[in-house]
Amino acid sequence: MLDKTETKTFLDDLFDQGLLIETGVDGLYGRSGLFEAIGDGFQALVSRYGAADEAEVVRFPPAMARSIFEKSGYMKSFPQLAGTVHCFCGNPADHVSLLQTIEQGGDWTAGQKASEIVLTPAACYPLYPTAAKRGDLPAEGRLFDLLSYCFRHEPSQDPARQQFFRMREYVRMGTPDQVTEFRASWLERGQALIGELGLPFTVDVANDPFFGRTGKMLAVNQRDQRLKFELLIAIESEEKPTACLSFNYHQDHFGKTFGLTTSDGEVAHTACVGFGHERVILALLKHYGTNVKRWPASLRQTLGL
Amino acid sequence: MNSQVREIIARTVELPGGVDGLVDASDLYEAGMTSFGSVQLMLALEEAFDIEFPERMLNRRLFSSIASITAALEELKGEKVGA
Repeated sequence: MLDKTETKTFLDDLFDQGLLIETGVDGLYGRSGLFEAIGDGFQALVSRYGAADEAEVVRFPPAMARSIFEKSGYMKSFPQLAGTVHCFCGNPADHVSLLQTIEQGGDWTAGQKASEIVLTPAACYPLYPTAAKRGDLPAEGRLFDLLSYCFRHEPSQDPARQQFFRMREYVRMGTPDQVTEFRASWLERGQALIGELGLPFTVDVANDPFFGRTGKMLAVNQRDQRLKFELLIAIESEEKPTACLSFNYHQDHFGKTFGLTTSDGEVAHTACVGFGHERVILALLKHYGTNVKRWPASLRQTLGL
Repeated sequence: MNSQVREIIARTVELPGGVDGLVDASDLYEAGMTSFGSVQLMLALEEAFDIEFPERMLNRRLFSSIASITAALEELKGEKVGA
């Protein structure tokens, strides 16, 4: 007879331990106090590794202006992942009909109108126009520290691929030299940080999940130019490890799009390092087990647990 | 074919200096073509020449100059005639 525990997935285990909480939708989960405490420890560690740079802390809600989202070009590359906020904007008669449709199990969402808000797909998207509004960058450029819930519509039972997840980012804006130096430095620091957590990892050139056949070409372009590196850790699968940190050089894409300029009036270049908050927590739970009390004392100390 | 390619580039890709000043071997990316510009160019070429670039051709180098694009189109047209 097959032991029931043998068929249990990592996600089942996380639910059973109460670390993640089911909501009825794949990729949309609650988090326990312990899960959050591990995350707090990780965030403090990231802050420690980045402290010397004195980044400016900015926090946005997990949503952004639709007008900025449209300008960003996100729909050119990732239409399949975007989430828009729609609302009821009708009159009392429309309301009656809305309630009737719900009552009858019909498609009550058909009459919803797009609001001025879109869910944030990556923590840094709302930042660029805000930074551009301040005028030319100072000679030393700028560095920001961001953390936001992000949304990507990709329902999955892989706990490392959630629809709502948090992304911590450091975003550098400046000359090509300034931003590529920043990225190179974080490629080193990111490996040291994950090494301190004792997690086995690899670093590789990567591409974003661009949509469709034309997306294949964008992906090849991105890899050819080595614009994106990922630090990968095995979570759901050994063969296909999960990207837990990413190191991205956007060249002048956001600078051009949002009119961000350097102190010399040139189009600014940007780069960012992103930390998958939930992914690192899950990598720790996968590697050291879901019984956090049994984690090595030194690791618990590093994370303040 | 070369002049047709030039005409399609002029129509679909935003180049600050235009296409007229470029020789066939000029680097289109250096002339200001973005990654997304190269995708738009690819789609426009497929439509104009009634072809589909196979996956092996979907790379940065192929769309980097008028010469390499023309060579690829000739190869694809040749295949079509041969078949």
